[in-house]
Amino acid sequence: MNSNRVVGNRHGSAVVTLPGDRDIVITRMFDAPASLVFRAWTTPELVKRWWGFETSEWLVCDIDLRVGGTWRFVIRERGQEVGFHGEYREIVEPTRLVATEVYEGFPVESGTTPDDHAAVNTMTIEESGGVTKLTVLTRHTRPEHRDAHIGSGMESGMQVSFDRMEDLVRELA
Amino acid sequence: MARSPTTADPFNAIAESARRELLDAIGEGEATVSELVDRVGLTQPQVSKHLGVLRAVDLVLVRVEGRHRWYRVNAPALKPIHDWVQSFERAWNIRLDRLDDLLGELQQEQEKGK
Repeated sequence: MNSNRVVGNRHGSAVVTLPGDRDIVITRMFDAPASLVFRAWTTPELVKRWWGFETSEWLVCDIDLRVGGTWRFVIRERGQEVGFHGEYREIVEPTRLVATEVYEGFPVESGTTPDDHAAVNTMTIEESGGVTKLTVLTRHTRPEHRDAHIGSGMESGMQVSFDRMEDLVRELA
Repeated sequence: MARSPTTADPFNAIAESARRELLDAIGEGEATVSELVDRVGLTQPQVSKHLGVLRAVDLVLVRVEGRHRWYRVNAPALKPIHDWVQSFERAWNIRLDRLDDLLGELQQEQEKGK
């Protein structure tokens, strides 16, 4: 076993930083090969098993993994449909994936669509000594959109049933 | 949504990385401008300007003693920002913990399949 590996699990270890006023950076280590992390982000059957919440019902999970291809995820969470979509811009399996991301419920001024405010996600996956570091940089078009995006974490964070999450963790421990 | 000027909103005040560095450099103690110049590698006018912005939104407090001005971080004023980012981080932790569990399951399946 590699010394970089941790005993137990890495739950709760994701770190969010805000390096610029339009940016959000999320980093997280995984005890899994880069190829597997890449697959889990780009294969619908696998995305459905982690991207939503325990309580989410999946309505759409489409991935057309090629440059210029699109992706779309729609879940129903507490009776509300929540949709995201975007387009793949750069694909370097298994180390780098660049795609746009549009929150379909984004409140926009008249004359514009949520697509005019697409954020760009740059995901990098670096494997070293059996441990893989995932970094997701989200760059918004405007600082206020970045702020709204972070503000949305408050709602989704609270919507989740933490009890269920804890049960799941206990089962797997 | 209109964005307030940096001098009125602590969220905007810390959007600038130099100001976040200054808060880190002050840390839990007190520091003078010249100490901060040494710690962050900015010029004295730059440090003074950023401290001015941080003071305007109450993120740092100042105490005058003789000829020196001592700056310290106003921790309670930082809390709303900390909470704001934390709830977002918590939501992502839930999602990535699920990914972590899935990756573990997939690796177990792979090993069994061998």
